Amino acid sequence: MKQWFKDVWEGVTTTLVGMNITWRHLFAKKVTLHYPEEKWTLPPRSRMRLFMKYEDCIGCGQCVRACPVACIYLKAEKRPATQPAIFAANGQPIKLDVSVFDIDMSLCCYCNLCTYPCPTDCIYMTPEYEFATTDLTNHLYHFAKPDAKFLTVNPKPPAPKPAPAAPPEKAPTPDPAKA
Amino acid sequence: MDLIFGLFPAAMPYWARVAVAGGICAVALITFMALGPILYVYVETKIAGFMQDRIGPKRVGPHGMLQTIADAVKLLFKEAIYPAGADKKLFILAPCLVVLGAFLSFVVIPFGSRLQATDLNVGVFYVIAVSSISTVGVIMAGWASNNKYALFGAMRSAAQIVSYEIPAMMSLLAVVMLVGSLSLQSIVVAQEGGLPCWFLFRYFPLMPIAALIFFTAGLAECNRTPFDIPEAESELVAGFHTEYSGFFFAMFFLAEYTEMLVVSIVTSVLFLGGWWAPHPALQTIGPIGLGPVWLISKAWFLMFVMMWLRWTLPRLRVDQLMHMAWKVLLPVAMVLVVVVGTLVMWPPTRNGFPWDRWVGWPLVALLAVYLVFQVLSARRYGVRRNRQLTA
Repeated sequence: MKQWFKDVWEGVTTTLVGMNITWRHLFAKKVTLHYPEEKWTLPPRSRMRLFMKYEDCIGCGQCVRACPVACIYLKAEKRPATQPAIFAANGQPIKLDVSVFDIDMSLCCYCNLCTYPCPTDCIYMTPEYEFATTDLTNHLYHFAKPDAKFLTVNPKPPAPKPAPAAPPEKAPTPDPAKA
Repeated sequence: MDLIFGLFPAAMPYWARVAVAGGICAVALITFMALGPILYVYVETKIAGFMQDRIGPKRVGPHGMLQTIADAVKLLFKEAIYPAGADKKLFILAPCLVVLGAFLSFVVIPFGSRLQATDLNVGVFYVIAVSSISTVGVIMAGWASNNKYALFGAMRSAAQIVSYEIPAMMSLLAVVMLVGSLSLQSIVVAQEGGLPCWFLFRYFPLMPIAALIFFTAGLAECNRTPFDIPEAESELVAGFHTEYSGFFFAMFFLAEYTEMLVVSIVTSVLFLGGWWAPHPALQTIGPIGLGPVWLISKAWFLMFVMMWLRWTLPRLRVDQLMHMAWKVLLPVAMVLVVVVGTLVMWPPTRNGFPWDRWVGWPLVALLAVYLVFQVLSARRYGVRRNRQLTA
């Protein structure tokens, strides 16, 4: 009998405790994020879509060898000696003409291993994450621009101590349609 | 109905006046009940969202206000699918019966002193009897669906409603004994005089318990969480309306929310003073009576409590459910009936034992003093602890 009263009392009071909790949550701050209108502020160095700055690439292929899933396709030929000498932003001479530099983002595992060996810091992860398409082949991004005007063309090697080129905070969105 | 009845000239034949007045009442009530769920579902989804720290519907219309209208339109235009082997006649009849059971109760609800479709002298009994019709509909739906889950749900619903009607009626008897009438209008009139005269606050520890029992049993009768084992999603898909789609499903939905409203309205009529304002001065604004507004606001408050409970408590197990009905609510309600009956009958004065004066209000005062003391001591403890921590 005593246990019965105890149980009833406990049932009533615990219900009230629960109702108190839900009542407080009724006015609590909501956690919903209206995704297309509001976006999560991504943490710094978040690993999303890869980007390659073609003008800085020396075609060394170290990123291709580092990639564990082989999603980077590179084709480079020796640059003819008749052509003017060009250099990457950090002063590395570009001795190879890169004709193909494709990254298949549908294969990429976002491990970030390709960015470490790059001698010119030209390949890096961007915070760009909205690249869903209805066609899988759209995830093959072509970065090579053989007719690009080399903005970083240096007629002569740079000063012996160049300032380390910091990777830009937000990369310009490359147009995959443009080969 | 009498109010509208008087509007027509006496030259009209009697049956025509009855038909027109009844028709107007029916149209008004059915419109109110059929459009109500649109609001209730919206409010419920919003409250559900808020209690889970979400926002709820937001996309359709300002603050998602048109969401339920969109849902209703979708439901109404969906194809009604009849499962193979279903008993088609019963399958169609079942949702109609459920809705009928929910709607019929409104005939005797007093929305105001004269704003009542009809004042049956067995009003309370009528409400209880009529709301049992929906149980028949539920069992019919479960049987006709030719689906094991639907049948399980229907059987559970039958067991649950049969069990919970008994404590509901027992606690209701306490009110009926105090008033000496089964008519809902007389029950409301007996609570005249503002907040302290409502039955919830009379016979202090007794009537609040009766109200609690009635509300809990009502919650169980409209299959709401924590008593929603007839449609337990995690076990029975959707219980008795598993096989229903489109318009018929919408009818079940409508019936569920209407039943919620019925239980809330009956509870507020029996225990919360019906259409009386909390203070007599608030009963009217000038010549306009606020009776219906008060009744509806009380009922909506109780509906909010139902939604609040839904997002607070988990679903009960079947054995817990039966334990609660037969071993907790029923004995307490029976003791209440005996005690209240004794107090009303003895000593044989007009109002029986003056409980309110000698026991009820002193208890309330003691409780209030105790609460104030508790709050003050908690505050004092908080201040002292704060000082300790900052020192």
